[in-house]
Amino acid sequence: MPYESVIGLEVHAQLLTESKIFCGCSTRFGAAPNQHTCPVCLGLPGVLPVLNKKVVDFALRAALATHCTIAPTSRWARKNYFYPDLPKGYQISMYELPIAEHGHVEVAALRPDSGQAQGQAKKVCLTRIHMEEDAGKSIHDAEAGASLVDLNRTGVPLLEIVSEPDIRSAAEAGHYLRSLRTLLQYIEVCDGNMEEGSLRCDANVSIRPQGNAELGTRTEIKNLNSFRAVEKAIEHEIQRQSEVVEAGGRVVQETRLWDADREVTRPMRSKEFAHDYRYFPDPDLLPLVVDQAWVEHVQADLPELPAARRARFIHDYGLPVYDAEVLTARKDVADYFEASVRACPAVPKVVSNWVMDSVLRFVKEEKLDAALKIETWPCSPEHLGMLIGLIQDGTISTTIAKTIYEEMRQTGHPPEEIIEAKGLRQVSDTDTLQAAITEVLTANPDKVEAYRGGREKLLGFFVGQVMRATQGKANPQMVNTLLRQQLSQ
Amino acid sequence: MSHYALTIHQAQEKLRAREVSAVELSQAVLNRIQDTDQHLHSYLTVCAEEALAQAETADRTLANGVTPPPLCGIPIALKDVILAQGVRSTAGSKILEHFVSPYDATVTQHLKEAGAVIIGKVNCDEFAMGSSNENSAFAPCRNPWDTDRVPGGSSGGSAACVAADQTCAALGTDTGGSIRLPAAFCGIVGLKPTYGRVSRFGVVAYASSLDQVGPCTKDVRDCALLLEVIAGYDPRDSTSVNRPTPSYTAHLERGVSGLRIGIPQEYFIEGMQPEVETAVRDAIAHLSTLGAEIVPISLPHTEYAIASYYIIAMAEASSNLARYDGVRYGYRAAEVEDLGALYQTTRAQGFGSEVKRRIALGTYVLSAGYYDAYYVKAQKVRTLIRQDFLSAFEACDIIATPVAPTTAFRLGEKLADPLTMYLSDIFTIAVNLAGLPGLSVPCGFDQHGLPIGLQLIGRPFDEEALLQAGYAYEQDHDWRARKPPL
Repeated sequence: MPYESVIGLEVHAQLLTESKIFCGCSTRFGAAPNQHTCPVCLGLPGVLPVLNKKVVDFALRAALATHCTIAPTSRWARKNYFYPDLPKGYQISMYELPIAEHGHVEVAALRPDSGQAQGQAKKVCLTRIHMEEDAGKSIHDAEAGASLVDLNRTGVPLLEIVSEPDIRSAAEAGHYLRSLRTLLQYIEVCDGNMEEGSLRCDANVSIRPQGNAELGTRTEIKNLNSFRAVEKAIEHEIQRQSEVVEAGGRVVQETRLWDADREVTRPMRSKEFAHDYRYFPDPDLLPLVVDQAWVEHVQADLPELPAARRARFIHDYGLPVYDAEVLTARKDVADYFEASVRACPAVPKVVSNWVMDSVLRFVKEEKLDAALKIETWPCSPEHLGMLIGLIQDGTISTTIAKTIYEEMRQTGHPPEEIIEAKGLRQVSDTDTLQAAITEVLTANPDKVEAYRGGREKLLGFFVGQVMRATQGKANPQMVNTLLRQQLSQ
Repeated sequence: MSHYALTIHQAQEKLRAREVSAVELSQAVLNRIQDTDQHLHSYLTVCAEEALAQAETADRTLANGVTPPPLCGIPIALKDVILAQGVRSTAGSKILEHFVSPYDATVTQHLKEAGAVIIGKVNCDEFAMGSSNENSAFAPCRNPWDTDRVPGGSSGGSAACVAADQTCAALGTDTGGSIRLPAAFCGIVGLKPTYGRVSRFGVVAYASSLDQVGPCTKDVRDCALLLEVIAGYDPRDSTSVNRPTPSYTAHLERGVSGLRIGIPQEYFIEGMQPEVETAVRDAIAHLSTLGAEIVPISLPHTEYAIASYYIIAMAEASSNLARYDGVRYGYRAAEVEDLGALYQTTRAQGFGSEVKRRIALGTYVLSAGYYDAYYVKAQKVRTLIRQDFLSAFEACDIIATPVAPTTAFRLGEKLADPLTMYLSDIFTIAVNLAGLPGLSVPCGFDQHGLPIGLQLIGRPFDEEALLQAGYAYEQDHDWRARKPPL
């Protein structure tokens, strides 16, 4: 029997606020263990949480960017469970009244990272978005006979984004997650780094006979910390469930862990998840009231979203759809492109080619794509624009430009400086070029004879020789023209 | 009159007139504690050294000639759930027996800024859960009027130490009557402010939506004075309310002329001690002779108050006390096999039986399948109770009731039956559920010489009316001239 898989994702996105959600401690990653803590996030007796308004701003950004309905009043709830990295014995989250509901994410037709086609564009609906505090980190294998707890992460703000079961395949789950990540990066609320855990994902998976409207029993898969893991684990789980049903069995509702090494899901021990979280409204925090003015303020501050920017790139810069999609898939790339175009407004398509070919290639090779900040990229967009401008006005050739770009990338110097220092200015002076050509032709009388005898393909050879004699600086168009003239005499 | 017997305002005058030094005053109080506390067990921690150092600082300020801060050199005791930096804060529990707070509660900070001398930390029921102080993990505090009897709870130490002149005044906390009941049992003045009037930051939480810090004092003027110091918005407590604090002492003598006092029929019940009813009715009659208008009112949902209170308070407590897990601070069970055992053994050994009972009940009422039937319903009742009060306040300005149905009972008398014990709070609990201010003022003694308390309940944030009425009554009665036989 053919089965259809039904998938929903629960995504946790760490927010890029400077301080924690309920105290003033820093959220910075990588400090010595337990450095970024205070009585509040340590859960000492008597402490009380105070909401960081910035977190609400970020949540509203995400809610608006995903077309959610924003609740005028939402409420904080306590999720009660015991674990050493949860100092209060409860996590402050939202339960019955989340801040946003009923949104959707547009899943683009191209993969944001590679630009490859990923199938039909579609909408994945969101059930809800809510805010909560992160727990700390338990380290179980660093010291024999003890577990260590680092509470730096305790209280770092998270958004939980829950999708409807709208996803129909493992690949589609990956596409949705990538599109969501792009969106979160665009609105600058999350850096989207799955390996470092700033974007985490749990998947709810079930199968049903094709055409059935009723949902099958679902399992929840945890421990998915890469896009590959998400896709692989879901694929495996669909397969496993199909085999269970085919064999006449029933899928059990349970939480399963993805084992990335063995590429299987396995049930969590009942102790690991058997919780009644005893949610109830947190009496230490007032209901969160978000008025229209607040929403409008955030809306006004919202950057242009990927779809709008794509359309503008096509319209304003005359870029092909493909270029527009690749460039806008990441906000930093789109920003880089636009900054380059400002320095060289005449030829946006050429700039686009350079950004896609050279810049993105290096960024990928040197794994700089984790850094959202364009400042850390190898060469500034202004310099790239200047470089392209110098090709356009004939100062340098495209070939030389590639060499110069390499230098710019390594030193960060502006192109003019490199050209001057290395004497790479293009030679367009007719007398100099004529002299070089004469020299080449004199040295190769037999080939000149052959050319004149009809072997016109030898023109390439002569061009190459002239370029070599001028260390590649000769203006290639001029060399072509002058060579043809001399050879036809 | 011995220095230790001074009220805050009397001590203020004597200190400012340099008739007594702050060091002398604190020393007198410390000696009094030394002499009497073996009979009472009011104090869990006496901060002798720090107190004398603070008193010396106060003396230097007083010697400067400029107007000193309001509590300069005045000894104040803190209920042991209120944190003071560098001082042991046990909350009356074994699980925090050796916990030294690294920070000050906001109220402690206010006291220090006002120049107060923190004389020590006083006894209470474990995590403020109890009505008799017998749930202290250390030793039950006793009633200064009869040491075979309880001082009331949970702020038993705060009331007893004030009644026994072991301090000028104290702070307590009140979740269901925990200031007012011991104030009544010990014959002192106790105020539970409006929820949100005083910061809860740095106060060990029992039931967050009900807890409130308040003064325990020798007279009403002191109560007004101390409230003035501790009240006010605190950005560190989201539930504190951002509105100005009036000067409670400025208009204390306004009187009760024209004040409408509501008398709820539901608060004079069968089975209450007749002397209590008589004393309270006499007090009300006296206020009437002073010009107040007496209005009969009804608070129809009163009978549901105790049930909904215990559901809400225990639910919140079960979550609030989850942090005492032996992982980061406090008591930790030794020699345990694994994490589960660490939690279970630490909490089994660290908490007393009443605390465990409340955690268990609170966990139960929040559990899947019971949440709607208990917690949600209790919250609905709570809303109805608040509405009862708010509509009553359309016909009256304050409400007068007894604080408790009886005077102080004997140690052990109610310990075996938690339900009977819970009924001690029958007249105070609704005030917490409604978030209103409630004042307990001494209004007589029973045949055994045990104090009786009058409760005055006000509109939200109208502590002023309570203090004015309490003050007017107090001016005509010398109950406080009687001293416990210590």
